[in-house]
Amino acid sequence: MKFDTPATTNPIDRLKVVGQPLDRIDGPFKTTGTAPYAYERHGVAPNQAYGFVLGAGIAKGRVNAMDTAAARRAPGVLAIVTTLDMPKLEKGQTNAAALFGGAEIQHYHQAVAVVVAETFEQARDAAGLIRVDYARQPGRFDLAAEARHAPLVGGDSEEGSGAPPEDRVGDFEGAFAAAPVKLDETYTTPDESHAAMEPHASIAAWEGDRLTVWTSNQMIAWGKRDLAKTLGLKPENVRIDSPYVGGGFGGKLFLRADAVLAALGAKAAGRPVKLALTRPLVANNTTHRPATIQRIRLGATRDGKITAIAHESTSGNLKDGKPETAVSQTKLLYAGANRLTSMRMAEMDLPEGNAMRAPGEAPGLMALEVAIDEMAERLGMDPVEFRILNDTQEDPEKPGRRFSQRQLVQCLRQGAERFGWANRNFRPGTRREGRWLVGMGVAAGFRNNLLTKSAARVRLDGQGVVTVETDMTDIGTGSYTIIAQTAAEMMGVPIGKVVVRLGDSDFPASAGSGGQWGANNSTAGVYAACVKLREQVAQKLGINSADAVFEDGQVRAGNRAAPLGQAAGPEGLSAEDVIEYGDLAKRYQQSTFAGHFVEVGVDAMTGETRVRRMLAVCAAGRILNPKSARSQVIGAMTMGVGAALTEALEVDTRHGFFVNHDLAGYEVPVHADIPHQEVIFLDEVDPVSSPMKAKGVGELGLCGVGAAVANAIHNATGIRVRDYPITLDKLIERLPEPA
Amino acid sequence: MRPFTYERARTPAEAAAAATREPGAKFIAGGTNLLDLMKLQIEVPTHLVDVNGLGLDRIEATPEGGLRIGALVRNTDLAADERVRRDYAVLSRAIVAGASGQIRNKATTAGNLLQRTRCPYFYDTAQPCNKRVPGSGCSAIGGVTRALAVIGTSEACIATHPSDMAVAMRALDATVETVKADGTTRRIPMAEFHRLPGETPHIETSLEKGEFITAVTLPPPMGGRHFYRKVRDRASYAFALVSVAAVVQRDGTGRVALGGVAHKPWRVEAAEAELPRGAKPAMAAILDGAKPTHDNAFKVKLAERALAAVLAEARG
Repeated sequence: MKFDTPATTNPIDRLKVVGQPLDRIDGPFKTTGTAPYAYERHGVAPNQAYGFVLGAGIAKGRVNAMDTAAARRAPGVLAIVTTLDMPKLEKGQTNAAALFGGAEIQHYHQAVAVVVAETFEQARDAAGLIRVDYARQPGRFDLAAEARHAPLVGGDSEEGSGAPPEDRVGDFEGAFAAAPVKLDETYTTPDESHAAMEPHASIAAWEGDRLTVWTSNQMIAWGKRDLAKTLGLKPENVRIDSPYVGGGFGGKLFLRADAVLAALGAKAAGRPVKLALTRPLVANNTTHRPATIQRIRLGATRDGKITAIAHESTSGNLKDGKPETAVSQTKLLYAGANRLTSMRMAEMDLPEGNAMRAPGEAPGLMALEVAIDEMAERLGMDPVEFRILNDTQEDPEKPGRRFSQRQLVQCLRQGAERFGWANRNFRPGTRREGRWLVGMGVAAGFRNNLLTKSAARVRLDGQGVVTVETDMTDIGTGSYTIIAQTAAEMMGVPIGKVVVRLGDSDFPASAGSGGQWGANNSTAGVYAACVKLREQVAQKLGINSADAVFEDGQVRAGNRAAPLGQAAGPEGLSAEDVIEYGDLAKRYQQSTFAGHFVEVGVDAMTGETRVRRMLAVCAAGRILNPKSARSQVIGAMTMGVGAALTEALEVDTRHGFFVNHDLAGYEVPVHADIPHQEVIFLDEVDPVSSPMKAKGVGELGLCGVGAAVANAIHNATGIRVRDYPITLDKLIERLPEPA
Repeated sequence: MRPFTYERARTPAEAAAAATREPGAKFIAGGTNLLDLMKLQIEVPTHLVDVNGLGLDRIEATPEGGLRIGALVRNTDLAADERVRRDYAVLSRAIVAGASGQIRNKATTAGNLLQRTRCPYFYDTAQPCNKRVPGSGCSAIGGVTRALAVIGTSEACIATHPSDMAVAMRALDATVETVKADGTTRRIPMAEFHRLPGETPHIETSLEKGEFITAVTLPPPMGGRHFYRKVRDRASYAFALVSVAAVVQRDGTGRVALGGVAHKPWRVEAAEAELPRGAKPAMAAILDGAKPTHDNAFKVKLAERALAAVLAEARG
């Protein structure tokens, strides 16, 4: 189905099932332990052995030699494959770092061996007996130092944010020089880890030259393509299966070493092999969100109209990596005639930087939305009003190109009302409650909506059961449920009559889970397949599909009515289709918007910041399931609190690695950090986005939260911190002296 | 984890004897720290002596009017004990400020004292660490040091002791009771139990090889108001950047021990005379001689302000 004109009325608009706050259909499986994650799939292949991956102990250099003699003699060891056993493997299309093979070490904890043994403990023990002789080389590990000579580099996150090396509209320098009110500040965000609960894990089994990998991956088609490429296999000989994913956040978008080494280990051992990456390897072997240094300049008239806006970001990455697209949202969020964005990328020797939830926008807004707050302060304006004054309904770089929907102003107004923004102390540092300095902060949330093709197969059996098959993944987001809701709505059956099967590369290729595109695109693909199936049903019953009404498990046309299963007959019916998009995304800017409001308390003596309450008001098209959408947003808000207050991969700039490479050292929020959270979805349908009229929301919930926290800290204390995370050491010297 | 042999001890002296006999032996009780470290091959014992069957899980009044806490009393039980909550509230508060409910259910009194440091370089076996591999060097010095020690450090080590419980016990002048393989017992004041790193940071306590902790005793209650102020980046489940265990009397005198600043719970009795004059002079005396790094210099100020908060609360 080609979607190239805005949607009109369709069966989804009935909203009998779609749009309802249904419980997740996989919920009972998750809570009873019957939704096995990759490492727990003991039954999929017999006689599984255990693999353990050894990571390099240096960040840059070469492996001179590896002594595996003691490890090979260790009890239970079946096979050892070292990086010196083969040349560097070809890289997947989405990999910047090589995943295995050859003597060259590109980054710390690069995989250098996999040990396969009868038990996990034996494999781990033997891995510790391998002696590696390295030739260490100096590396580039300090972004601040490398940033000084970083060249301009454009890039695309592959998740909907992107920018050219440099982009200019009007005359930024002239307008900035002439502006009566100016801001010129630099902000930094640290490297961050996805820190999913489930580490990267895979089971691999060979049958001749056919390989099956049961794994944990967000993008099945990418994984299949890149695994075949890396191992030199024909894609049709590779199958990937990932029905449940214990958190991805972008960390499992790509093929990683777990799948490659499970496959190599299984080949060497002649048995299926399962393995999981250890926590330290999750941090240093896989990908992370790269640190940024962002300079923002704003110029405005005295009455608060932005006349000049510049956002320049520098990040680092391996040679073949991409820049963090932190300036992307600045191209679209506020009006202003004179604009400049640019990105620089320093070549560095830290582990690979790549997409993490809302790549680009999340760190970009952590800078931009603090700058906007600072500018409002310089203008003596309320930061909500300043944002509203500079709203734009068209692409500021391409006048005349309108947003399909843009309710940022409504998000901010409704949020301010709901949150009690009027009670905010205008003068920072003046509200004290016991030991706490209390403040409120606001930020705009912005995240683009991505359209990407997505296929599904829908089958109908004689009992009227509808089975959906697509390689779409459910990474904890609710894909199973919204896909079931879509099929139920389209075929006119209760949700209990729908079976959803996901995550298998033998199924039609979907959009996958990334860039908050999964919900809209994967359900649109199911919609397309259901339209085809409805035609088949109508044809079978000899009625005109345009006249057919699918409702209550029946098909009706005029006076005729037949149970759905009857049309399917004993052989059943099957339809497959793909949703593909025309140029609507070019003609309209499609984005999602939020107003984020945060209240914090900062301990006046110690500088500890604790969030007291949070509100997100989101405008993101049709909400397919308010319950699962809310879960996505509150989870994202939690991630935003982590980014603002605690999360940072600490770089040892001498030895080139992330030092705090476990969940004790890399502090994500715990329950005690997360207080009352409220989410409001504005009533919105976006007929330009897809037949579902939905957009993404899972990343919008994060975009802007960090800045709202930072702005609340400033409002509480009067202290402006421009370097994340905002830990107490950055406040303590400037807090009021004790009485 | 390396393969190891295992036995269950039947008496404390037998446990001590077993641990003395086997060169690579370790006691195991709750295992909340040791097992993690074994999985990472940071601890590589060849033999484990399981002491969980020894009893030693009672909290009893001493003839002097204090409490004797069995070595195997679980952290949860110790924190919840009515006498501890009433007379030694600083200890209850310190314990519940640490770890999680699940870990406190398993962790024991003696095991808590014997926790290893959380220095990130100690946790990465590819990095030199004098604690892990004596003589290999300290990779923390000059590295990421925000959470590490500011006082009592050496050229060999700047790690901190991670316990909250031990900080309160130091403030309370607790005593550690032990038994050795030959059956002899001794009493070690908390002040002498943990060591500074010096040249031998791998030797963390004054225990001898095989010496087994049987109990920790608390002196008779000292009254006063009890505080444990733990400052950390997130609200729970994090180690202290700085913690302050304090017992403050009506007249403003009292005692203070600090966590998160040194290789051992940090207390300077002589400095406590300054307490009635306020946090600034008191902390200046307590942290006299501190040698923080660039990244952890804030701890000096933080300790002073945390103490000021405690003293303000004590007055209020």
